[in-house]
Order: sequence, then structure tokens, then C-alpha cells
Amino acid sequence: MEWMALGTLEEIPARGGRYVETPLGEIAVLRNENDEVFAVSNQCPHRGGPLSEGFVSGKLVFCPLHNWQIDLEKGEAVAPDSGCVKRFPIRMEGGQIWLGLQEITP
Amino acid sequence: MHITVPRKPRLVVVGNGMAGIRAVEELLKMAPDLYEISVFGAEPHPNYNRILLTPVLAGEMTLEETILNPLEWYAEHGIQLFTGNPVTRIDRVKRQVITADGKATPYDRLLLATGAAAAMAPVPGNHLPGVLSYRDMADVEALTKSSALGGQAVVIGGGLLGLEVAHGLRARGMGVTVIHRRAWPLDKQLDQRGGVLLQKAMEARGVRFLLGKETAEILGTTHVTGLRFSDGTEIPADVLVMTIGIKPRIELAQAAGLQCETGILVNDTLQTYDPRIYAVGECVQHRGQTYGLVAPLFEQAKVAANHLAEYGRMRYQGSVTSTKLKVTGIELFSAGNFTGGEDCEEVTLLDGSQGVYKKVILQENRVVGGLLYGDTSIGPWLFQLMRDGTDVSAFRDNIVFGETHLGDAGHSGENQAARLPDNAEICGCNGVAKGSIVKAIREQGLFTLDDVRKCTKASASCGSCTGLVEQLLSSTLGGFYDSTPKKKALCGCTELSHQEVRDAIVKEKLLSVRQVFAYLEWRHPAGCATCRPAVNYYVRTAWPMEGLDDPQSRFINERAHANIQKDGTYSVIPRIYGGVTSPAELKRIAEVAERHHVPMVKFTGGQRLDLLGVKKEDLPKIWAELDMPSGHAYGKALRTVKSCVGSEFCRFGVQDSTRLAIELEKNLERMWAPHKVKLAASGCPRNCAESTIKDVGIIGVDSGWEIYVGGNGGMKVRAADLLCKVKTHEEVLEMAKAFLQMYREDAQYLERTAPWVERIGLEKIKATIVDDANTRKTLAERMDFALSQEKDPWKEAVSGRLDIHAAPIRRIPA
Repeated sequence: MEWMALGTLEEIPARGGRYVETPLGEIAVLRNENDEVFAVSNQCPHRGGPLSEGFVSGKLVFCPLHNWQIDLEKGEAVAPDSGCVKRFPIRMEGGQIWLGLQEITP
Repeated sequence: MHITVPRKPRLVVVGNGMAGIRAVEELLKMAPDLYEISVFGAEPHPNYNRILLTPVLAGEMTLEETILNPLEWYAEHGIQLFTGNPVTRIDRVKRQVITADGKATPYDRLLLATGAAAAMAPVPGNHLPGVLSYRDMADVEALTKSSALGGQAVVIGGGLLGLEVAHGLRARGMGVTVIHRRAWPLDKQLDQRGGVLLQKAMEARGVRFLLGKETAEILGTTHVTGLRFSDGTEIPADVLVMTIGIKPRIELAQAAGLQCETGILVNDTLQTYDPRIYAVGECVQHRGQTYGLVAPLFEQAKVAANHLAEYGRMRYQGSVTSTKLKVTGIELFSAGNFTGGEDCEEVTLLDGSQGVYKKVILQENRVVGGLLYGDTSIGPWLFQLMRDGTDVSAFRDNIVFGETHLGDAGHSGENQAARLPDNAEICGCNGVAKGSIVKAIREQGLFTLDDVRKCTKASASCGSCTGLVEQLLSSTLGGFYDSTPKKKALCGCTELSHQEVRDAIVKEKLLSVRQVFAYLEWRHPAGCATCRPAVNYYVRTAWPMEGLDDPQSRFINERAHANIQKDGTYSVIPRIYGGVTSPAELKRIAEVAERHHVPMVKFTGGQRLDLLGVKKEDLPKIWAELDMPSGHAYGKALRTVKSCVGSEFCRFGVQDSTRLAIELEKNLERMWAPHKVKLAASGCPRNCAESTIKDVGIIGVDSGWEIYVGGNGGMKVRAADLLCKVKTHEEVLEMAKAFLQMYREDAQYLERTAPWVERIGLEKIKATIVDDANTRKTLAERMDFALSQEKDPWKEAVSGRLDIHAAPIRRIPA
């Protein structure tokens, strides 16, 4: 697994997100109100909306295009919608955010 | 040594029906681990959907299909369920309930949801075998068995339930006679005219009526054989169903010394005389009222659960209800006061040949009741008007024709949801067909608009099909559906309404979204996509200077200051005041578009230029090179002021509309609002700028300007109302500012001026800003102050004072 430094927590707005360009495509890095950080592919399973621009609340991100809700821990859309996003590992160390460049497989 | 193990408080629920279990469900949502819960039910089944008795009787559904909470649900939530073992006594001193088998179960809190029983006419023979009621599954089973033998059924009581059971038994092949004391059936829901129409329609289906008859005795020795009336006449009967009304089951509460009248008396928190004992459902009497429809019971369940969960905040203030008869092919709707009376007026429509009768009762231009027979399509709308207390003076003469005749061009002809085929698309945004909505309502036990939205997504996006979905709920659930709850919560994160949240922001001086969520104890600390933008707007409007604008509570468009497109690119629309530009400006725009290879350049509907397909990263560069203010074409904000040529060039123009449009746009730019706001100024009554479908539209006339408000050309066309006529540009500006500031302070977030004007009434707006010069001036000043706090976002971004996070946080090369 390859770990890449992303920057500090402060660079990601709380309850929102940023994205990172990688060889695996764009990955959304999202931070919730408790400073937990999640990384998922930056494409809503519905119409490809950029999840990095969505509202983040708890374990959910709301897609900015049509308001689908994606569960960031499961990597799945919340019912009645269905679809998956790829999840990527995040490690926090000394105020740095590290992104693992390998999809988490269930 | 003593070790005390802390134990959970015990909640005992008496009654395993829809009200009691709904309360438990609401409680589990709020405080899943607070109580050890036991539920006692007299019936042998888990909680089933009582609304579906008639489909089961008619053989369209089975009991299993009506189960709302299977046994596994109780197990999953650690609830002890005791069925077929009714509670016979409450010992309030020892705080325990005693069941039929003599066992005692202690409680810390007790919830009574004992429901209601059928009232039986006090006549000799009323306990004979073959005399049945119609309240639960056991009744349905008995009726099904009896009807298999054929013969004559007599239904005593021509109310809603009586007619439904008559219809069901007739469908099963029995001869059916309905006996009713009054001169027409359904006299609690219908006036005589409607009653006669209904009677004829039921008779055409083979149901006989004997009206104005008093039952004196039920005949038979080992089984019912017939009945005798007070006038001495007799009719034969093989089965007799008593549907003369329901009686709250209060015996248990009464024996325990709790205060009861018709029902168990409760206060606004659903608490009985004993503070440890709550009660909900049909057994309850609240402010003198008892209820038998599902929606009020659910409202009660929610409030009781809130207090059991120790939140202690909600109050139940009674429900307004409407009823609908569920007999295939007969449409009937009634609500409120449908008989009228002193200081009431009636608007009626009667078409005897088509069997259509509509009656709306008005009091001081508000709907207070109504009756629809034969065509109930306007029912949900009428009910909404009634509950919101909408001023209907503008369309009262046409009210019986419904909303379609008020400019609802987008959805006309679709009002008969019940008559649409199953594959008809109801929700155009999410592609949901009628069949799947009806299926979900039946199979998943849905009762409210919110349930349907959550389960099917229908009506969850633009909301224009809400009326249709409500009609489907009402036609599928019949008399039990009570459309939307009285008070609409802002979203699922709180119980509070838009107005209550707004009031708290002003009163408690809450200066940020976070403060609001914390102070008002939001269920999710970071809110959701519905409440965050709304609350942020309310904070900014209440406190334009001190209030914190939270970018993470803005929709993406308002955060990026550009309009996101389907492929994730953005569009850039610079401000061009009044639509008047210059060759130099056009050249600059053209050069920027060429330099950045902008894929499309297009004129917008509002007479502006749109550069489409721009990557987010390029936005600040393009803004810098354009060197023009933001057009706010992406925001819930002032969009554009459209204009026609006007008197400067046009040979018909009587006023300088372009100059006025520019002045309006310069005075109102950067105005955030509950929704987008579009203006127009026309230089003569030919109205080429289409001012009559704008939020604020100005039309020049020889003597000055006419000001129109509340127009809309979008989803639902609405012609604007004439607000007033003024002479000068200054007066136009002040009036427009006052109107828009009133809108900003009063309308709900995402409510456009058209529905807002309809909701509060043009008269109120006129009284506030046309008749009252002082208020007009203060409102306009408040608008000026709010706008003075706003800066041009593009300039802020270009100068580095605003970060729109245009670039990715990192680029990781391959």
C-alpha cells in the first residue's frame, strides 16, 4: 500500500470536503463535525456528481447534484437509492492526513 | 457488602395496536436504550394495519400482508410482547399491571393505548350470535365466514364504516340493507344533497337503504333471524353488523381512578391524571375531542414519545381532520364545517347528471370546510387552504374548480391521480410510477407524505407532484389519511417548524448555524442538506452584520459562486445591468471565452450571457479577466432585471424602462433571498419584458409605473398581482425594496414569491407597504443595510480574500 501525504486537517473545511487527483482518479476527502476524515471516489453512483462538494453530516455525504445520500462507512447509497462508491483508507498522524492508494475491499 | 445494579426504568404499554406501537417506534428513534419495554395486547396478532380491514374483508389481501411489525421486530428491540393476555387491572399504588392470568408486571411509566370498541345499540337481542361489529381481524374473520353462506346482511348505522362494510359484503355476494336513523346516509360528513347522491350511487351497486328507521329489537332465539323497527315493521337478516359508532375503551383507566369522560382525559403532553401514566390513540380525549383517524393518533404518538424520552418539548394541540370514503368508484371528501351557518358563505357546484357536487364554506375569505362528491381531486388542495388559513379572496369564485384553473398550466389534466393507469409517471424528477407508489403504501405500511418520499423518492425533489402523491395516499388509505401534519417540521433533524426556528434565532440572538443547532438540540449535530442552507439564510437575514455566513451551509453553487452543471463543470454569468452592454464589454467577454476555450456561449432566459463548461479551477482566472461583478445567476438571490427597449428608442415606449431596470439592478444586486428573485421592467403596456410573470414586474404607463408582484413563469405559471401604481423611479425603488425585504423576512426558505403571496394574501402586503408609508420606509432601509454588508464575491475571490477551493488539495502523479 502506498501512503500519500495530503496536508493538514485545517485544509479541509469541517462538514465539507476537498478532492485529490490520483492515478486512481479523483478521490473525495471529507471531514465531518467530529473531525473524522473519509476518502471515497469523487463520483456519486447516480450521475457522477462530485461528492467533495457535498454536505457532510455524521457518516453521510449528500451529493450536490441530486441529493443522494452516501454512507461513508459502508460506501453505499442510503435506501431507497442504491449504488456503491470506492472507499480508501485514511490515517491521521501528527496533524497530517495520509491517504492509502488502494481501495478498501469488504 | 451491597451491590446495586442500576436497572433501566420499565415502560409498560397496554395496547398492541397502531397508536401504541407507533409511540414505541418514535420513542426508540429518540432514546433507543432508555427503557425496558413490555407490550400487552388483547388480540393474538402482532401490530397490523387496521386501515386494511376492508381489503381483507373483500378478499384482496391477507392478514399477513397487513402486519406492520412482525414478531422479529419486537425481539430485535428487546421488547417483551404478551399477546392474547389482556391487562385486567392497574394498581397505581404498587405501580403494576395485572393480566388476565393473574400475573403482575411492574412499571415506572405506563402508556395506555387501549383503542376503542364498537358501540352496540341497547336493544334486546344485541348479543345474539350473528350480531357482529367491524373493528378488528376477528370481526373480519367472522364476517368472511358468514358471508360464505350467502343470504341477507343488515348493517345498522350508515356512517363511513357501515358503508364500507356494506360494500365489502355486497362484493362477497350477500344481499345488503343499510339501516340509518337519519334521512340520509353519512350525515356527519354530508349534507342532504350529497347524501342523496351517495345513496343513489350505492343503490345502483345493489345496496338497499332503510332510512329514518329506529331499531326496536333484534329477532331470533339461537341466532339472529331479523329485526323489528319502532314502527312495527320487520326485515329478515342472516348477519347483522353494528356500525353505529365507536366507544373509547376506558374501563381499565376508569377502574384505576384516572379521570375519564368519553375518553381518558389527557393534557397537551398526552399525560393522564396520574403523571406516570400516558395515553394515546382512540381511547384518549384531548381538549374535548376524540379521534378515530390514523394521522391524529400518530401525532399524539410522537408527542407522547417525546415526553417519555425525557425531551419534554413537544405539545399536542389537536388535529384538523378530513375524511374520505373508501368504496370503489365513489368519491367523497369532507372536512371541517360543511354545513355553514351565520357569517359563513357557500360556493357550490352541482351537476346532477354527472353525479358531481362540490361545496366550499368560506368565512372572512378563508376556507373553513368543504364537501366534495363525485370529483374529489381538489380535496387535498382545499384541505391545505383550510389548514393554512389562506386568504382566497383572489380566486374564491372559481374555488370549486380547483387549482388547475388558477394558472397551473404545468400539471393540468393530471389531477385525477386515482384514475391514472399504474404505469403513469407521477414523479418526473425521479421517474416513479403510480403503481410503485401504491404498492409501497400498501405493502410497507406508509401513512404520510414523508414516508412515501423516503421509501420511493416520489415528490422528494422538485415537489411539484406532491398533490398527486397526496391524492394517492388518500385514495389508497381511504378515510384514514389526513394529509400533511398540521405543523411541518423544518426537516428530519428537528421537530421545530421554519417559523419557530426563525423566532428562536431572533429572540436568542443565535449568530451561526452551529449555535442554532446546539441551542435547539438538533438531532444530527451537523444537520442535513435541507436544514443547513435554510438555517444559514435565517441567521444571515436576522443578523446581517453579526451573523456568521457558513460556506459549508451553502449549496455548492453559492459556495463556488458559479452554477454547477451535470458534468461537474460550471457556468459563468457576469452581471450586465438591465441587459445593456457595450461593444468593448462584448469584445472582452469574447476574448476571455476564446482564450479559455469555453465550450458554449449562450444567452440566458434573463437576457444575459452565459459561458458554459468552465472547470472549477479556471473560475478565479476567468473572473479576473472579465473584471465584471458576479451576476448571482447561481444563487437564491436577485438574478436579473429584464428590460425592453423603452422610450429611449421604441416608438411605442412611454417610459424609460432600460434606465429603470439598470437602477433596480444596481440597487438590489447581491441580495440573498429565500429563493431566486427575477425582475422585469417594460416601457409600455405591451409588456415586452414579460413583467407579469416576474417576482416584481414593472410596467410603464403614461402617468407613471404599475408595480406587479408574485408572478412566476416556471414550474407553475402564475400571473402577477397589481400591487400599486406610482409616479417616479424613486417610488418604484422604495416599493420594490420594501416588498422584497418583507418577502425576505417572512417567506420560508425555498418559497418563491408566488406561493408566498398566495399564502399570506395580497391584502396584507398592500396594508403593510402600500398603505403604511412608515413601514415601507423602514423595510427599505433594512434592505439597504443588509445589502451594504455584502461584497462582490468574484472580486473577493480574485483578491484572495475568499477561497472557493478551486484546485484539488493535492495532485498525486502516476
